[in-house]
Amino acid sequence: MSGSRTIERRWQRWLIRAGVFVAMAILCIPGVWVVLTAFRPNIEVLARPTVWIPEIWTLDNFRRLFGFSSTQQGLPVAAYFTNSLVISLTSTVVALLVGMAGGYAFARYSFRGKGALFLAFMLSRTVPGVALSLPLFILWSRLGIIDTSFGLILVYMAINIPFTIWLTDGFFRQIPPDLSEAAQIDGCTRWQAFWKVEFPLARAGLASAGIFAFLTSWNEYALASQLTRTTASKTMPVGLMDFTAQFTVDWTGMSAMAVLIIIPALILTFLVQKHLIAGLTFGGVKG
Amino acid sequence: MRFLRSPRAAPFLLLLPSIVVILAVVAVPLVVSFWTSFTPYNLTRPATLYDFVGWRNYRRLMGNSDFWWAFGRTVVFITIALNLELLLGLGLALLMNNIRKGERTLRTIMMFPMMFSPILVGFMFKYLFNDAIGLVNNALFDLHIISRPIPWLVDGALANLTIILAEIWMSTSVFAILLLAGLLALPKEPIEAARVDGCNPWQVFRHITLPFLMPFIFIAMTIRSLDVARAYDMVRIMTNGGPAGRTELIWTLMVRTGYQNSQMGMANAMGYVSILLSIFFTVFFYRKLVAARSFMAGAQ
Repeated sequence: MSGSRTIERRWQRWLIRAGVFVAMAILCIPGVWVVLTAFRPNIEVLARPTVWIPEIWTLDNFRRLFGFSSTQQGLPVAAYFTNSLVISLTSTVVALLVGMAGGYAFARYSFRGKGALFLAFMLSRTVPGVALSLPLFILWSRLGIIDTSFGLILVYMAINIPFTIWLTDGFFRQIPPDLSEAAQIDGCTRWQAFWKVEFPLARAGLASAGIFAFLTSWNEYALASQLTRTTASKTMPVGLMDFTAQFTVDWTGMSAMAVLIIIPALILTFLVQKHLIAGLTFGGVKG
Repeated sequence: MRFLRSPRAAPFLLLLPSIVVILAVVAVPLVVSFWTSFTPYNLTRPATLYDFVGWRNYRRLMGNSDFWWAFGRTVVFITIALNLELLLGLGLALLMNNIRKGERTLRTIMMFPMMFSPILVGFMFKYLFNDAIGLVNNALFDLHIISRPIPWLVDGALANLTIILAEIWMSTSVFAILLLAGLLALPKEPIEAARVDGCNPWQVFRHITLPFLMPFIFIAMTIRSLDVARAYDMVRIMTNGGPAGRTELIWTLMVRTGYQNSQMGMANAMGYVSILLSIFFTVFFYRKLVAARSFMAGAQ
């Protein structure tokens, strides 16, 4: 009796492992394949029969992107990359500061119309970027901030502020108000009490809000594709899309660019991955 | 002036920057696009922005079969994608819940697709499912399952299937991670008690685990329904609505109408329909979330 049970258990355990293995393979293979493509020459991509593991490893595709190649004119990828970095980092930092102030207000004060205002912020996030791009295109053209980093930074701030408010509101509410009150009795101003007591405690929440904001801005395409025109403000996702229009079959070049898009996101996620799950579940469950 | 110095002004001042940004980037543009949807505004003729034509754009949309196809396809697409993502995500979370060794590494791998830009996912699947040089066809070919390439992105029905696969690949992790967090928070006692009372694993899952997971499922659904329109990016790079409009979603049709045909008035009318669609899905799941939460609170 007990013998058959253990056999059954072992079977189950192997089934579970096999299932997890298959799932992980499906999650990994597309990314791995693109990375392999980025480091192989174009002949291997077109070769028959299929070359599974690159026989020739090369950095040519990256050289080509940055214009160091003699055979082909480079894409302005360096400019796209800088734009992406500047726009994403600025909008993330500013959205965090602005959103944190908002979240703090929702967590610590009661005022008239609080519920309605909170709902309004959240509803503003449900508007799809594509739909918003139409009027923004009209307005930004008339204001003269189309094709500027500033125009895009402003838009990404607006996208990230509601989510930051939602997350920080939850985190600040977890911190008992007594702590900052005690600090104020000890002679701190409310401002000092915030930076010395509440801010350090909410840092985990801010980290997850920050990474979500960064990833959203870094990966955004629908708005960027309409609000940018030239290398003055084009971001990496828009550049990747341009690639399809310019060279229909340059899979290796596009893969190299894809690798460049994923690396910063990968680094950032590894740095703060511990907080990521906490950030995602937190606000939602505790409400 | 005195109000600004009073303590009652504090929350107002703290919220002021957020309110200003949201007004400038969301509220005002929404008013503009609302107005534009009642004009024949054409980018090539700026003066048309001030002609009021009433419901004409909306009436034309209602009579336009292309629009209805795109709308219907979008609703079906969202429904199929969200349901499959939930099922697969739940399955993955249940599997992961039984793994004790190396679960941190596995969880990190699970997060990969969340870091990917939708446009990047679109590119990857366009490449993997390319009929001539794609990994999928090559693998099927080498395994002698097929003798001639499958036209994944060239055939209308297959293109829709491929897009749904890409969407599922991108978003199943969101469900898996949230539901795994729910499973890890699951109290052990009721399950032990049910086992002692002779419940089989399915009964335990059906009557204890699943009800407990419900709020987590609705959080995941709410978060996901916030950015269903991300599918636009993917479709844009994979097929751009083709072949012959067979993968056209409401978002791609809107962009084509607005920027390529310069019919901003009509495009904004579609934009409003798409906004209402997004709000509908989000509010629908949010209300379920609130209901599930109060149910849980009652049970505790």
